[in-house]
Amino acid sequence: MVPTITSVGDQALLVEFEDSISIKTNNSVKNLMAQIEENQEEWVVDLVPSYRSLIVMFNPMLSERTYIKNYLLKLIEKSKNVDQSLYKLIKIPTLYGSDFGMDLEFVAKHNNLTSEEVISLHSALNYRIYMIGFAPGFPYLGGLNQKLITPRLDSPRLKIPGGSVGIAESQTGIYPNDSPGGWQLIGRTPLNLFDPHSEQPSLLITGDYIKFEPLESIEAYFDIRNDVESNNYKPEIHMLDIEPKSHE
Amino acid sequence: MNEKSITIIDPGLLSTVQDTGRYGYQKYGVPVSGAMDNFSLRAANLLVGNTTDSACIEMTIVGPSIKFNYPAVISITGGNLSMELDGAKINNWSSIQVETGSVLKSDGAQDGMRAYLAIKGGINVPVIMGSKSTYIPASFGGFKGRALIAGDTLLINNSDVEPIQEERNLPEGLQVVHYGHSHIVRVTLGPQHNKFTSEAIKTFFDSRYSVSSNCDRVGYRLTGPQLQHESSADIISDGTQFGSIQVPSDGNPIILMADRGPTGGYAKIGTVISADLNLIAQSRPGDSIVFRQVSVKEAESAFFEQETFLYLMNPKLFKNAPEKVRTTLSKNSSSILSLIDNDTKNKPLTIATANIKGKIFNFEISIESN
Repeated sequence: MVPTITSVGDQALLVEFEDSISIKTNNSVKNLMAQIEENQEEWVVDLVPSYRSLIVMFNPMLSERTYIKNYLLKLIEKSKNVDQSLYKLIKIPTLYGSDFGMDLEFVAKHNNLTSEEVISLHSALNYRIYMIGFAPGFPYLGGLNQKLITPRLDSPRLKIPGGSVGIAESQTGIYPNDSPGGWQLIGRTPLNLFDPHSEQPSLLITGDYIKFEPLESIEAYFDIRNDVESNNYKPEIHMLDIEPKSHE
Repeated sequence: MNEKSITIIDPGLLSTVQDTGRYGYQKYGVPVSGAMDNFSLRAANLLVGNTTDSACIEMTIVGPSIKFNYPAVISITGGNLSMELDGAKINNWSSIQVETGSVLKSDGAQDGMRAYLAIKGGINVPVIMGSKSTYIPASFGGFKGRALIAGDTLLINNSDVEPIQEERNLPEGLQVVHYGHSHIVRVTLGPQHNKFTSEAIKTFFDSRYSVSSNCDRVGYRLTGPQLQHESSADIISDGTQFGSIQVPSDGNPIILMADRGPTGGYAKIGTVISADLNLIAQSRPGDSIVFRQVSVKEAESAFFEQETFLYLMNPKLFKNAPEKVRTTLSKNSSSILSLIDNDTKNKPLTIATANIKGKIFNFEISIESN
């Protein structure tokens, strides 16, 4: 599919690459966004990346729609020849089970597995971050191992603690902040995924990868948690020149 | 008290600190927030000599009671919440001098849903991710990340803008004096209108919708004839815009507003044009809305008309003033034409110039000949 550019009202354009989810398409979104950000045009108001499209919000007082359309088409063409940049893989230490992942046993039973098997299947893979949305810092991750698919709770919980790792149908994700939610909770990370006072407020961004690292004990969780709270924790980040393996 | 401040005696129904919004962070999942009625907020700022993006108090239905701890200059724009200063009625859309110890009060909404209180200098709250706007669900921005409560004392910035000698008013034709309960709102199609049956698109523009009680800073749920999708309401989640009209599988449209999530998974039949977003922000449960389809070009003209008006109110305070702007206004843009003197009104092109810190800005306005 040739990328299409359409209007979203009078102050935004929508660039659509495909009508399906794939890492290739999401890379096109990521690359176009990187190019626009690099150019720092004054008419760019904001960019909203998603699985397969990019919204470009602009100030009509500072530029003009037809000009921007052509500008974006040129950038898309140019970004095809750009070398893939490095891939960022962020390790997410996670304490599975117990009070921190109260639905781990349910997920295991539902899939005829042991809790240990759920942990090992869930933490074996890298997950692609397709976009951040729904709530500040909330990552939409690429596919879950089919053996772990579990329906949502019948009735959502009123308060899920920030850092909770959950499963809903064929998706897995992390709640960055305390919020209501209906996902099956299998664990919790001591990391802060979202900090409004930080220069990059979300630890994760579109196009990054994450890997869950099972923690051995509750002590290990609180060791990291204390470091996070006193600003002494540096997340383990690897820059890779080949794309990390993951489910699409 | 040495510092300029105001004290909240009673917060009213929902009073929050807002500016023109938090842009640049949607890629991190952070909503834009900001004023629901951006036009009124910016006009309020211009009336007191603030730059258009200064922080104001957004007041909802029942406004707050506020005590002024210093002599201030204020303005109130947007909905008519029956504001009184020391018991005397005051007018919206004009600048007002306030004495130390004076109390501003609201007697409840007469018209519209939200009003904006601008105070000369602007409200002094920390800038979080580039904005002073409050986002309550994640408790950041504005005053302590929450709605104002009784006892809060807010600091006001000093302002080096010359004191206003006389009351400033908006020209007659420009004041939004009455929002009423029946709104005609202009909409451009898409981006996912092809997810709907052609019958649904016809129904959308031919029907009268009603604002449900489920309307807040995130979105306005409407009731009325339900809209059929071609196959499914779900799309692969993509970006949203202020004014996006999404339709879930129940067929009832939802207009996404200031606190919307940056992404959403329902098909969007259309987008409310920027110039009419204030009409949605000022509509109340039970109000009726009729949508009228316009082209993107018409939407742009309507936007430029609003911007021209704000620009001409005070070019020096207009944020993001471009070096040169060309806008085409229709001949019936009486509101703008009233700002341009009679001598130049009949010429095809009017050039307004502003000298901002030694840099000349040109503003060219051409008026359609037919």
